[in-house]
Amino acid sequence: MKLVNIFEAITVLTVLVFFVPLRWKQTLCLALSLAISAITGYWAFQNLVNHSTVVEKLSLPFWFHSSLLEIDPLSSFFLLVISFGTLTSILYSSGYLKPYERSKTRQEFALHYFWLIWLQIAMTLVVILHEGLPFLVAWEIMSISSFMLVIFEAEKKEILHTGIYYLIQMHVALFFVLAAFTLVEAKTGISGFDGLAIYFKEYASIPMFLLFFAGFGIKAGFIPLHSWLPHAHPAAPSHVSGLMSGTMIKMGIYGILRVVSYLQFDLLEIGTIILLVSLISSVFGVFFAIFQHDLKKMLAFHSIENIGIIGIGIGTGLIGKAINNPTICLLGFTGAILHVVNHSLFKSLLFYCAGSVYSQCHSRDINELGGLIKKMPSTAVFFLFASVAICGLPPLNGFISEFLIYKGFFSGLGSDIYVSLLFLGGITGLTLTGGLAVFCFTKAFGVVFLGAARTSKVDHAQEVSPSMLLPKFLIGILIATIGLLSFLFLPTIAGIAAIYLPSGMELPQNPFGSVLTNLSISLGLFVVVLTVVFILRAWQQKRQIIAQGPTWGCGYSAGDFRHQYTSTTFADNLNRMTSAFSGVETHYVPIPKEDVFPKAKRHYETHQYDQLEKLLILKPSKFLLNIMEKFVVLRSGKIQHYILYGLGFILLAAFLTIVNVI
Amino acid sequence: MISIVLMVITALFFPGVIVKSKAKFSGRKGPGIFQPWFDIARLLRKGNVFSNASSYVFQISSSVYLAAVFTALLFIPFENLGPLISFTGDFVLFAYLMALGRFIIVASALDVSSGFEGMGANREVLYGLLVEPAFFILIGSLAMFTGHASFASIFQGLHYTSYFSAVIGVLAAFTFSQITLVESSRLPVDDPLTHLELTMVHEVMVLDHSGFDLGIIKVANNLKFAIYGMLSANCLIPHELDFWVRIVIYFVLQVGLAVAIGFIESFRARNKMAMNPQYILSISAIATILIFVVIIINNNL
Repeated sequence: MKLVNIFEAITVLTVLVFFVPLRWKQTLCLALSLAISAITGYWAFQNLVNHSTVVEKLSLPFWFHSSLLEIDPLSSFFLLVISFGTLTSILYSSGYLKPYERSKTRQEFALHYFWLIWLQIAMTLVVILHEGLPFLVAWEIMSISSFMLVIFEAEKKEILHTGIYYLIQMHVALFFVLAAFTLVEAKTGISGFDGLAIYFKEYASIPMFLLFFAGFGIKAGFIPLHSWLPHAHPAAPSHVSGLMSGTMIKMGIYGILRVVSYLQFDLLEIGTIILLVSLISSVFGVFFAIFQHDLKKMLAFHSIENIGIIGIGIGTGLIGKAINNPTICLLGFTGAILHVVNHSLFKSLLFYCAGSVYSQCHSRDINELGGLIKKMPSTAVFFLFASVAICGLPPLNGFISEFLIYKGFFSGLGSDIYVSLLFLGGITGLTLTGGLAVFCFTKAFGVVFLGAARTSKVDHAQEVSPSMLLPKFLIGILIATIGLLSFLFLPTIAGIAAIYLPSGMELPQNPFGSVLTNLSISLGLFVVVLTVVFILRAWQQKRQIIAQGPTWGCGYSAGDFRHQYTSTTFADNLNRMTSAFSGVETHYVPIPKEDVFPKAKRHYETHQYDQLEKLLILKPSKFLLNIMEKFVVLRSGKIQHYILYGLGFILLAAFLTIVNVI
Repeated sequence: MISIVLMVITALFFPGVIVKSKAKFSGRKGPGIFQPWFDIARLLRKGNVFSNASSYVFQISSSVYLAAVFTALLFIPFENLGPLISFTGDFVLFAYLMALGRFIIVASALDVSSGFEGMGANREVLYGLLVEPAFFILIGSLAMFTGHASFASIFQGLHYTSYFSAVIGVLAAFTFSQITLVESSRLPVDDPLTHLELTMVHEVMVLDHSGFDLGIIKVANNLKFAIYGMLSANCLIPHELDFWVRIVIYFVLQVGLAVAIGFIESFRARNKMAMNPQYILSISAIATILIFVVIIINNNL
């Protein structure tokens, strides 16, 4: 029996989730996921270490038994990301879903775990199926399973609504990809990605690329195709948001990376398109995040930012390939691919922390929280850790990928005026993104975890169970390891990025020179300096009086927790600068002149409205709805009228046949 | 290593010279040059008072800040005399270490649940966000001019073949010194001597830090002066001169910068708070001019 048969057997075994008792469901789900991860991990290992492309044939009839599974370096990398993401998500789910055991039935739990494991299977198949139709079927299963996961709390109307919104957008994405595959097959006769090699050689690359980019871009969440993310992520249970944001949206990136690998002409134009769209995504993604008060919605906007950073890497690499500069090409793609894994780590960690906060305080509103570091110390540490990583600050992993992309930019300066200016724009955009991320995460961490509690919702918060901390711990270790010991991982990732090198160029023996070791030495040096300062401080403090006291109130003694900065006030100075395009609306009745000493409680609220969503989704759909509503007259409810319509249609068809139109 | 020694020496006299020159401009005698350091030494011998609201983030913040700034200092060269570590893209690590320092200090300010400190924290992240692009555009244009991408190789490659190209050095040094003012929170962006917490930026964030912790924050701030002073000086000192002549020019420049800061602080008021973003953005604008100068000089246009 071959490995692929075991894989197929497991896909069948998933139905067992419906038949085991409730307390075994999560364990079974975890076991199945582990089995799939073991198989795909073995394939990935075979491919990455032994450099052999694994090709397997599916044999079960319902899996299109002629289709091939092809595991090349790019697939292997994504297989590892998917496996780790799903495992931590399932580990976290048992603790997170515990409170729902009272309100949800066994079947609902079974359904949830069933689709959770199928999301992993679907994502696994997406990255290893190369033929058109099987790929699209896997893609569709991925959308449906994630939809089912999002609507776990379907009894809430807005969650069901959000789920359907998400499902519709995913099908628009599917339409684009389907159209692209159909066109490729019509022109070349080969279905799937393999046809692209011929297509891009003989036909115009840019329109076809744009078609794919639109389809995969909706999944990934590039601005302006991002509007589903800020709705779907807050609606889903946290382990699902972590999995979706960390891993599933990367399938869009996978698609783009796969299509880009077949490109042969118009590289500079396509690279520029990707770079510009990504720059807009990263800067505006984090910019909009600052104005959010919903913790998970804020994280969803950060996913858009990070997808943008990944795209910046891809665009840079492609431009490097276009100008025949292997260094820039390698740096750009390595940075992008490393950022895929980095983002999958810290974003899922952040979502798990946000989920822990939600499970304890039953609120996602940042303005209602505060001072959680004393009630949930471990969660706070992980949130701080992930915040530092997502801001791209040393010595954690986010810094390494951004560093590589920066290095790619700086290597391209001065070569060509067009590329230089583009790259300088890229540097500025990436810097701005970093600065805005620091703005956003000092706000999020500061308001949620530091200071004093803002409402009574925080009062009963406790540290979450060890089963919810374990996945965070595993992710945390990886974040630190990739950050401090990047030289261990990057040669492998550079090997994956090598498929994008200009034709005829081989991967150099030591692609990054001594930079990586120097980087690790510097980061290690920082850790050493930090330790020395800590030791000195501890030694000095041992002999001193350490006192506690109230916060210095600047001479004002009646200050209390309500005077603290909130999420709204923290974003205020940025909002004043950028009110023209931030989309923030303030809901506030100004104090009337005669009311010198206002007595009643007053409300001040800000809300950020997504202008692009309004323009691209809401307005057109409202327009369509208005037209459709005109036809409501036809629905009279009388059977006679409907027979008349039928007769009319037959007559029309007959007439059109006579005049030879159809 | 020579650069580190030079920066440490600069950090020793720089704040004192500012204080001294401010005193002279206002007709007072003023304290000795090393008085700021005596104050720090006194702080370093003291214990701590922690706010009831604060957590361990507050306690580790000053140490992380100092460690970040000190590690950043190790990448700065003195012209062609290399720093401790140098590799392509080291200035990215430098800038991000500075950002890490900012992150942790801002977090510590939010940790004490004070509205005033929140105000300072909020301003600090905004100004940091606005000044970072200026640094990167500046370094980017210098990298374009020299064709290198590390601090050491950039400053080694800064050869001015004509008076025209010396414009680059002057513009770059000017931009670096402007960044100094923002990063070290001096006038006209922030007034370190103001007594009104509502109008402070950096000082208000560390209101609750005391004793040893406050001491090492001040040490880090002084090191920041030296770092940006060294970066400005590197853009101006010609390589062709003798080693000792360059050292002398370096110290003259540092004293000059400190006196200039003292001069500005004596004769100018702080910006209106709402004007600060514009002021800081103008630094990026100057840095952008530098790009075009470089493009013209490199005959790319």
